[in-house]
Parts: sequence; structure tokens; C-alpha cells
Amino acid sequence: MALSQRAIGAPAPVELREVARPVSLARERTLPVLAALEPLLPEGGLRRGATVAVSGGTSLALALVAGPSVAGSWCAAVGMPSLGLVAAAEVGVALERFPLVAGSRTDWPAVTAALLDAVDVVLLCPPPHVRASDARRLRARARERGAVLVTTGASTPDADVRLTMTRGEWEGLGRGHGRLAARRVEVVATGRGAAARERRASLWLPAPGGGVERLAGETPSGRVQLTNAGLGAR
Amino acid sequence: MTPTRTLVVWCPDWPVTAAGFSAADPVAVLSANRVLACSAVARADGVRRGLRRRQAEARCPGMKVVAHDPGRDGRAFEPVVAAVEAFCPRVEIVRPGVCAFATRGPSRYFGGDEALAATVAEAVSNVDARVGVADGPFAAELAARQSAVVPPKGSAAFLAPFPVDVLDQPELADLLRRLGIRTLAELAALPAPAVLARFGPEGMGAHRLAAGLDERPIAARVPPPDLVVAAELDPPADRVETAVFTARGLAHRLHQELGMRTVTATCVRVEAETTHGETLSRLWRVEGTSPLALAERVRWQLDGWLAHPARPTGGLTFLRLAPEEVVPDEGRQLGFWGGDRALDDRAARALVRVQGMLGPEAVAMAVMAGGRSPAEQTRLVPWGDPRPPVDDNPPWPGRVPPPSPATVHAHSLPAELVDAVGAPVAVGSRGSTTAEPARLSIDGGRWAEVVGWAGPWPVEERWWDTTAHRRRARWQLLTADGGAHLLSVEGGRWSVEATYD
Repeated sequence: MALSQRAIGAPAPVELREVARPVSLARERTLPVLAALEPLLPEGGLRRGATVAVSGGTSLALALVAGPSVAGSWCAAVGMPSLGLVAAAEVGVALERFPLVAGSRTDWPAVTAALLDAVDVVLLCPPPHVRASDARRLRARARERGAVLVTTGASTPDADVRLTMTRGEWEGLGRGHGRLAARRVEVVATGRGAAARERRASLWLPAPGGGVERLAGETPSGRVQLTNAGLGAR
Repeated sequence: MTPTRTLVVWCPDWPVTAAGFSAADPVAVLSANRVLACSAVARADGVRRGLRRRQAEARCPGMKVVAHDPGRDGRAFEPVVAAVEAFCPRVEIVRPGVCAFATRGPSRYFGGDEALAATVAEAVSNVDARVGVADGPFAAELAARQSAVVPPKGSAAFLAPFPVDVLDQPELADLLRRLGIRTLAELAALPAPAVLARFGPEGMGAHRLAAGLDERPIAARVPPPDLVVAAELDPPADRVETAVFTARGLAHRLHQELGMRTVTATCVRVEAETTHGETLSRLWRVEGTSPLALAERVRWQLDGWLAHPARPTGGLTFLRLAPEEVVPDEGRQLGFWGGDRALDDRAARALVRVQGMLGPEAVAMAVMAGGRSPAEQTRLVPWGDPRPPVDDNPPWPGRVPPPSPATVHAHSLPAELVDAVGAPVAVGSRGSTTAEPARLSIDGGRWAEVVGWAGPWPVEERWWDTTAHRRRARWQLLTADGGAHLLSVEGGRWSVEATYD
């Protein structure tokens, strides 16, 4: 009997565990971002359940949301009445999957929590003073539901990844002629855990033809390889 | 087959009445620059259907002119139909202003056609309406114009003296007149086969009408089934849970009612009332009503109401669920791969829930629209409302070029722009500037040196409209600290419309 079981090739228990191990691919755990932003994030994408704090510019937050939105995710913006929606569409955000919710001073945590339940990325501009308990609860909710919370503004609570945009240099506008065409920016990523090591990238945001591109000439490709090597070693 | 004995209620010049005028006002209702209907006074002055506006105004000076609105005609006629429906539930609305029903049953009940006509006329006496009874709707409508009751089988004799124009077939009437056939009696006297051979089926129909053989049955509207479910809460519910429990029962009942008719509701109005008479009514868009989903919406609505500053002061006494939009139930097909559709549903549910917390306007979707400034190029549509199709085809000269600013200030920030010596920069009527801008201060903030600028891009909007006319000029401005802004100047005042951050 035992012999016949061997004959049909039943694997040994250890092998069986190996085969049946629940595999969760990196693609499922992360949401894709635009190619130019990949080197800034530890896993080359937005890890589900993470919180990201963006400072230095709304356009960076929009570019961050654009990646998942292009890939078919629902994203939502809370408490951002001054969001430039044309700019959002230009960078790639699908407006038909991008509801805008007016969050008032008191009920924004409840609204954000309800949205974290249902959409993949919530873009939030919290009011000036955020209670620590609210911030903790929202972080926990994002982690539990596998959504990404992207916060902008000055009073962002501590986040897993912190992206800061500095040194914006506009091209195309002269003294009395031309128009704003493209901007070179430097983005620094810091954070906790896998994101603890500082990463930098020089980007065109927006690029001369629209969208986001890596700035040529500063050898960002070398950095990408370094990042991947570091991941593989872990 | 004998014609159906028919009662017709006819309101003369209904478009005029629907527009809110009486027969004594000189009024004409115009459609495509031609008179569609006019009041009796205007008609006395010689205004006729089909006249051009100018001709009509020349004949009746001081006449008011109203644009035709078919929707308004229909809406205004609804109370008249409702009054007539009290006599017979199956009423045909021939067109706004004319409705008909078969008199067989009602006539017997009220003791004869004359008595019925008098009762109906009494019921609709608040508008200028006339009632006529005859065999067949065609004869009955003509009888209504004279408020006459034509005896049974008397239609042919009644119709005989009318001119052929009343057939409402202008080409045929014109031809008949030229052939010397001027009245319906003369038309009816022709042999039927000859009429068919000469004028075809159209002429044959007219011949039968003229002979009082109107066979068209009355296409009565069936009153819509009453699908509203409601419940009184006794004792009044003080807690949301109690109300939701009742709502769940109501939702189940509604679901069954709809299921029996193989329809489904896409829009349901939820109404709640408290002991103190406060009411809250809200329209919910529901895709595929599961009773539980509907009960959840009642919960969200009540939760939102209790959290609102104007919260109810008493317990709930009344709950009502009314389907506002009903469509045939075709079942629901999920996406083949499951994922996307499920995501959409999940997001839609969450958005509806947020609407319950904040109100329907708080959740919006952006739609691209035509416009010059970044703020005008998108429009916000509340979630659940139909999104209009994208229409940004017309050219927009003076449109702000892409890339667009990432921040479009909901309220423009006041700004000050000065030149090298500190004098405000002004833009002349022809787009000339007084000086090169040197420093910028936003909202009373500190001064930043201007290192680059483009403009002015003058925009003149709605110059044809004295109230909405706007003249302004836009600038792109770059300051030494790296800030880039879209400024606009209007009437000498500078403001920051958007920021490229």
C-alpha cells in the first residue's frame, strides 16, 4: 500500500509544505508607481498598508497616486478642495476612479477610515492639529485593510515613508517671455524599516512633454541596481 | 365594429394656460419662431397658428411671447388628468390639454352621458376645460369644443357640417378643397372604394372618420402600481437600531413587491419623520437592491442625521421607502475575472456611505470641461449623479497652457505685485504693462523677488453679457525661492489663482 502511494508520487510532508506554502507575490503586496518614482520606494512600489507622507509639493503626491490609478486602482482625495484636477489628469490619474471628498474639521478621520476600507490609495490633507490617537487609528486601519494612506501638508503624522521634494528649478520661463514648461526636482525618501536608508532621485516633475521622468545625466540607473541588490540580500 | 363611446376633456389653448396665463391676456406661445398657440384675445386680433413672431406681434401689439416647453405642458396637465381619473382609472392623454376615456361604465354609474359630462366638467372647472361625449375620440374631441353631448349613433350627423380641415391632415384637406369637397359630409358621401383608390389608406382613414366610424380604441394609461412601503413606529423609536430593524422589514417587503413585477429600483427615496414633525428625506442610488443593503442605507442616513447639528429632537414615528426609478430586472453580471467589478462595487458602497455621513454634495467626481483657467477646465459632479459627456471641443483662446498647476486655490489669494521702485504693476487696456514686475507678496506675506514672468495673457469673457462680462489678464510668475504661480489681474487687483507646487 505504502509502495503504491510512493508510486503515484505523493511528495514527502516537508516537500508538500514547500509546495502548498501560501505564496504572496511582491506584485500583490505592492501597488505599482510610475517608473520614475520606483527607485525612491524600498520595494519599487507602494507597499499595501503603508503610510506615506509627502512634503514639498502637491504635484509629487499626485504623481505618487497616478501609478496605482493607471493600473486600475481606485484612489480618493479627502479634504483637498484646492487640488489641481487638470494636473492630476495630466500626470495620469484616472478621474473616473478618483472621488473627491470634502472632509470637515471634525469628521475627516471617520471619512478617511471609511474610504480606506474600500479604495487602494487615500490622499489626505489633514487639518493643522492631528490627535495622536486619530493618526494611530488611521495607520492601523490602512495596515489592516491593505490600503495606502498618502498625507500631504505640514502636520503629517509620522509615516512609514517620507518623501520630500526640494530644489525645484523651472525651465522655459524667461523675463517676460516663454512659459512654465518643465521642472527639475530633487526628491529625498526617508522612513522606517525597509525605507530607513535614505534614497534620492532627481526627476523632471513635470517633464518637458508632461508626466514624470528621471533626470538624465545623474546616473540614476546605478542606484536602481543597488536597491535591487539590497533587497535580494535581505 | 361600432366606435367606442368616448368622453373628451379639452382645454383650449393649453400651452397658454400651462404657461400661467388666462384667455384674457394677449399671449402667444412660440416654437421655432412660429406661433404654436395663442390666447383668445390674441386670436381676436388676428394671431393664428404658424405665424412668424414678427407677423404676430404686428397684428397684436403689446402681446406677450412665451417659449414653448412641452415638459411644462405635460406637468401642468397632470392635475387635470388626476381629477378626471377620479371618474375612470383608464384615461388616455391624447396630448397635453386633451384627455379621453370610454364612458360605458362611468355613464351608467352617473345616470347617463349628460350627467357624467356635467359632473366631469364640474370637477375640472378650476381650469378652462370643456367636455364632450360622442361615438369615437375624433367626434368626441370636436364635440368637446362645443361642450356638446352627441346622442349615440349621431356622430355622422354631428360631423357633417365641419370643414375638412378638422381632419388635421393639411395636405389632404388642401387637395379635397381643390376638388370641391369642403365638408366632412361631402367626403363621407363619396363611395369608399373610390376614396381608397384615389387617396390611398390615408384618405380611407379620413373617410371613415368623416362617416363617424372612428374605430381607434382608447389607449388608456394604466395607473402605475403603488410600490411605496411605509411603517408607523409605535412607540416612537429612540434608537437607530430600532428604526433600522423596522427598515429591514420594509426593505424586505419592497424587495418582494419589486420582485413580483420583475423590476428593480435604481433610486429609492428614504423618508423619516419624528414625533415633532421633523422630516428627513434623501434619495439613494442603489444598484441591485438587496434588502440588507437598503436597510444599511437607512442606517447611514439616520446616523448622519443624528450626527448633524440640526439633529432630530424626538423619536422616529414614521419610515417610508419609495422607489423613484424602476427598471426591468435583468440580473447582474459580474466581470469575468471578478476583480474589477468587485472593486468598483466596494468603492461605490464606501462613497455612498460617506455621502450618508456628510451629505450628497460632499462626494464629487471631477469631469473635464471646456474652459480657460485650470479651475474652469474641470467640473465637480456629486457622486451618483449622471456625469455629462466630456465636451472640451470649442477653442479656448487664452487658455492656460499645460503643464497645469497642481494646486488650484478654491478661493484666489490676494496678492501684490510691484516693480523695481515699489509701484504696483498695472496692465493697460491693450495688454501693455506699466513696468517689469520685481517683487511679489501673496496674502500679505513677505516679499519675494520675481525672477521670471510671462504675460499678460488678456482674457475677455462673455463680452456680450453685461453682468457676466469679465476682463482680466493672466501671468505666470516665478520667484527667487522657486515658487511658480498663476496670477490674474482684474480691475487693478492681483490675485493668485493657482500654484505650480
